[in-house]
Order: sequence, then structure tokens, then C-alpha cells
Amino acid sequence: MTDFPLAFDAARSYRRVNVSAELSQYIPVGLLILIAIAFAAGMLLASTALGQKGRRPAVKDTPYECGMIPVGDAHMRFPVKFHIVATLFILFDIEVVFLYPWAVVFKPLLKDPQTGMTIFTSMLTFLGILFVGYVYCWKKGALDWAPRRETPQPPA
Amino acid sequence: MDFPEPIRLLAFLLGMMAFVAVNAAYLVWAERKGAGRFQRRPGPTEVGWAGLLQPVADGIKLISKQVIVPPGADPILFRVAPLLVMAPAMMTLAVIPFSETLVGRDINVGLVFVFAFGAINVMAIMMGGWASRNKYAIISAARVVSQDVAYEIPMLLVVITLLMVTGTMNLNEIVQQQAGWFWHWNLFRLDVNPLMPVTFIIFFICMLAETNRAPFDMAEAESELVAGAFTEYAGMGFGVFFMAEYANIVVGCSLATVLFLGGWQSPFGVGSGVIWFLLKMYALVFTVIWVRWTFPRTQFYSLLNLSWKILIPISMVTLVLTCILLKLT
Repeated sequence: MTDFPLAFDAARSYRRVNVSAELSQYIPVGLLILIAIAFAAGMLLASTALGQKGRRPAVKDTPYECGMIPVGDAHMRFPVKFHIVATLFILFDIEVVFLYPWAVVFKPLLKDPQTGMTIFTSMLTFLGILFVGYVYCWKKGALDWAPRRETPQPPA
Repeated sequence: MDFPEPIRLLAFLLGMMAFVAVNAAYLVWAERKGAGRFQRRPGPTEVGWAGLLQPVADGIKLISKQVIVPPGADPILFRVAPLLVMAPAMMTLAVIPFSETLVGRDINVGLVFVFAFGAINVMAIMMGGWASRNKYAIISAARVVSQDVAYEIPMLLVVITLLMVTGTMNLNEIVQQQAGWFWHWNLFRLDVNPLMPVTFIIFFICMLAETNRAPFDMAEAESELVAGAFTEYAGMGFGVFFMAEYANIVVGCSLATVLFLGGWQSPFGVGSGVIWFLLKMYALVFTVIWVRWTFPRTQFYSLLNLSWKILIPISMVTLVLTCILLKLT
């Protein structure tokens, strides 16, 4: 149970950090976002102001489809594969995010004989479970993107 | 010279805008010139000496075109997408240390900051594609999302391997750790972790895929999808997407330089500075262009397979091996 007091200490020492000073570091970042958006907006507005104006015939407004008159709506149904990709990504990405704080403190805590074994084994267990889940996905066929190729049957 | 912080920041951001704009313009020139030379033709030659004024002409042409929002498109998303694709690229450049002092904002979680903003890029392209209500654009949007999310996982995994060695997410500190001769760069620190070159190669492949560059440019496969998610964008709308693509390449190469190639450290231990950063970064950018004109485009299925079935297992194994190695030493 050595890791509980450790986590506790870490939380307490974090408290001592001046939170408002930590956060005020990001106020200029917020400003940067505004200026960066203004940069892109400025280019578009310049194009609107300086660009060609005038009548737009109906043909100019149709979606481009190699010059044909578009067939059907573009917002069509999508293969469910894309949904599976998205779900898998969210699962793996969240697990990977957990690894980041661990990786940063890994070396100092590894040197400490009190915590060295805990930080090593706990994350190996975590990665092991992640890996089992990965193998499960693979075996279930969630990672098979290619359409199944029909093997030609000899005529009966 | 000690400027007050807001003024310094503003000056830095204005400089960054100029940097992004000039880079986008002249990387397009370099790309066309490079493509020409790779295919044994001269590339652009007409406008200016060696075609050097070509980007200016292109810019004027893009700006003078009519801005069209198709009536079938989603009016809000269609307009927001170009803003959202450009802003993150510039934001990420703000935390990258070009030299010891030349950095917009030296924050202690710089690496997470870069990844967080880098991920917005995917959303922007998807928004643009979906809002266009064009079949090519929507197919491209679906491809962009599944491709970029697939390559994000191995990229994040290999960066963890690096983080375990550096022990900090502050980009400036990561560069400072690599001071000295070039064998102190993270790429060559085989004494700490012999798997570093593998890490770098996976990172580079993922970077190519994340920026939608050939051989992974399924998003904008010209021969099948016209212009991909940007098909319906006319004039500067397209120009902004194009600019953002090159800005993202610069960001990706900068990050690779900072993490693996010692950032602004010189390879000989003395005389570090911004010039070394730019040299390494543009060498990587040239490699990106080189790769594009050397390898054919992959198939979409094999693209996803490469990430999910090859790169993710390799990066997981790299992570575990590094973990064990650091435990043993």
C-alpha cells in the first residue's frame, strides 16, 4: 500500500502550487486563438471583398460531380465500419492518455526503491489488459477493413 | 531587449503569420519544382526567375476568384471549417521552441498542447467535407477521419516511449537535454534506449499520414476524389485549406526536429541557434516532398491495416521493451 501515501503527498504538493498563476499562463494562449482565427477570417474576407462578384447561374451552384447533373443526395448511408473505427479509436486513445502522466514520472519513481516495483508492474498490467483487448478486437474481425472476397464457385 | 510580455507575444504571432504564409507559398513552389525535377522536367519557370514569383501569382489568382457557398451546403459549418483548419496549425507553432529564446509560449505541457491542437485539424476537414454536400467531399471526410485517428494512436504511443526517457513534456527542456554532439540527440541515444530509431521511423510515418501526404493522401486522392474534402471550396476557401496543409507539414517536421533531432542544438556541440533548427526542419520537409514523388499512393484498406495491424503492435512492444529496459538499467 505504499502508493497511497505517495499519491496523497503528490496531491498535497500540487495544492501548494498557485493555481491562478498556473492558469493565467494560458490567458495569452486564448488570445492567440482569437488572433489565429482572425488571420484565417481575414484572408477569406479579403477574398470576398476583392474577388469576382456578380450573378451566379444555377449551374454554378450545383455540387461538382464531373460535370454531370448530380444523382441523388450526397448525405448517404455509410458502412458501419467507420463507426467501429471511431469507437476503437476512442477506446485506445483514452487508454493512451492515461499513459502520459505515468511516462513523465516513470524514471524518478523507478529509482525510488519504495515505488519502483509498483510503477513498473502496475503499468505492465495495464498494458497487458490493453493488449488482450486489442487481440480480441482483431480476432472479432473489427480490424478487417477489406471487403470479403467471394471465392468463385465452380458451376454445379 | 526586454519587451513587455503582451507586445512580445503579439510581435511573435505576427511573425508567425508571416512565417506560415511565406512557408505555404514557397513550399508549394518547392514542391512543384521538386516534383518537376523528380520527373525530369523543369517545373514552373515562367513567372519570375526560376518561377519564383509563381506563388505570388497563385495567391492573386485565388484571392480574385469568386467566393461561393453552395446553396446545398450547411452555411455555418461550411464557413467555420477553413477558420478551424488554420487556427490550430498556428497555435501549435506558438509553443515550438525555434531557439532557446525564440518561442511564443514556453508552457510545461507543450507536447500535449501540440497534440491537442493537432487533433482539431481532423475535425475541421471533416466539417468542411460534410458541410459541402458533395459526394467526393463526404467520402474524403470519412477517409480523413478514419485515417487520422488510426495513425494518431501509434504516434501517441511512440511519443510515450520518448517521454519515459526525457521525463518532461516541456519542449524547451527536451531540446536542452539533447545538448552536445549529435549522438546526444534522442534519435541516436542508443545507450539509453536502442529502440530510438524505430520510434523515430514510426513517428515519421504517422506524421506523413496525419498531414494527409502521399503515400497516405487518401483524403485528397486527385485521381479518384477530385480535390477531396475541398472540392466545393472556391478561391481563398481552398487557399486556406492548402495553406493549412503546408503549415501542418511544418508543424509536424518541427515537432520531429524538437523531439528527435535536437531542435536548435548544433550537431557539433557549439554554436546552437535558430539556423540549425531551420536546417533540420527543412531537411525533413524536403524528405516529405521526396517521399511524395517517389512512392505511389496506397490503397485505403492497406493504409488502415498498416496502422492497426503493424504500427500499433510494434509501438506497443517498443513501449513495453523500453519499460523493461529502463527497469533493468
